[in-house]
Amino acid sequence: MCATLNAPNSIPISVKINGDWKQLLVRPWGTLLDTLRDDLGLTGTKEGCGNGNCGACTVMVDGRSVDACMVLIPEMEGCEIQTIEGVAEQGELHPLQQAFIDHGALQCGFCTPGFIISAKYLLDRNPHPSEDEIRLWIAGNLCRCTGYDKIVRAIQDAAERLDTRS
Amino acid sequence: MRLFDYMAPQSLDEAAQILSRTVGAVRAIAGGTDLVDQVRQGRREPSIVMDVKRIPELTKLDWEPGVGLHIGAATSCASVYEDSEVRERYPAIVESSMLIGAIQIQNRAALGGNVCNAAPSGDTIPSLLIYETKAIILGPNGLREVPLNGFFVGPGKTILADDEILVELLVPPPPPQSHSNYLRFIPRDEMDIAVVGVGSLVALSSSGTCSAVRIALASVGPTPVRAAEAEGVMVDRIPSTALLADTSERAVLAAHPINDVRGTAEFRRELVKVLTRRTLTHCLQSLGVPL
Repeated sequence: MCATLNAPNSIPISVKINGDWKQLLVRPWGTLLDTLRDDLGLTGTKEGCGNGNCGACTVMVDGRSVDACMVLIPEMEGCEIQTIEGVAEQGELHPLQQAFIDHGALQCGFCTPGFIISAKYLLDRNPHPSEDEIRLWIAGNLCRCTGYDKIVRAIQDAAERLDTRS
Repeated sequence: MRLFDYMAPQSLDEAAQILSRTVGAVRAIAGGTDLVDQVRQGRREPSIVMDVKRIPELTKLDWEPGVGLHIGAATSCASVYEDSEVRERYPAIVESSMLIGAIQIQNRAALGGNVCNAAPSGDTIPSLLIYETKAIILGPNGLREVPLNGFFVGPGKTILADDEILVELLVPPPPPQSHSNYLRFIPRDEMDIAVVGVGSLVALSSSGTCSAVRIALASVGPTPVRAAEAEGVMVDRIPSTALLADTSERAVLAAHPINDVRGTAEFRRELVKVLTRRTLTHCLQSLGVPL
């Protein structure tokens, strides 16, 4: 798999995005974040810092939460990606999304997609996290508005809702 | 983002060919959590970014009885700390891997990448040093093995030649009756760079004396280092609070810290003392020595 600088969009990749396989021709030097936002119009994933610190670009790759700004798009050959746009199921909000709304766990909302993915990653693996565990697992996501408390409460509430649901 | 070509070899042979035909600027990418930002900022300007995650030898994580733990250079922190063999045998390596960045970073970042990035503050490095880890390197002439304690030559600099990549970190079996611990001081709880990091290992003999004491320090010199003079204090002796204090004082001798935005040299020397004492105490208490 090799591109040349004279023919930039020349790496073919197959990637599954929110359940749909797509065939893309990509640049070597673009990031997953660039492709999601600029080429696929999936602008729910945000760029906050561009260097893996703030978590605003958090998406799920092969079931793992990652910062999309630190992933080169050609690395995604054969991978399954879930973005915030893929979290609601058949038009129904995920309990995490509903809990964030109910608890007022967002103000400007810029960090929220990243938080939802990180929280989903946690609850998928640890359905009954302690508050300390929640704070540890969202430590890669920064929020400038809320002071984090309502985010933590929303995640705790979502864990309970998911428990009742299953 | 600077422009480069991307290649993803599927074997060591293919990787070796890419390395040998391209003079200079090939940079391997594992997790990308250091490299992508460095390229974005222009601190590194590779012509080729070589994705090594499709090479089986670089993503393995195997425990081989009698030989040790094979950690592929591109194996992620998360894979390492979730593995039951690693959790059972190498506590400090688990602890270090869980401190890199935050969850999203740990899901991509590799221990091999942390080693090759060779920051003086690299959190996984002291924990690998105390187990006397070996680095397996691929070059144009095939594979070679070097002790990790000799891999680093300066901040961001290793012994790797331009046409070489790290393939594996081979961690020998832990000494019997041993425990390890890694602690670091950072201003926040997560997502920060160690002001000082200390990894310690203690092994006890059947008579209760220390058969091995190994201490490695991060962020107190141009490279992470073993505190060789401190290590000798408790060997062949019954551990005691007084000997712990002496060991901790001597650990400072291996530290040559600087003043920077994260702390003063004086503060760092004090941290070396405190973290050495705490990590050794943790090891001894875990081994059943009441201190």
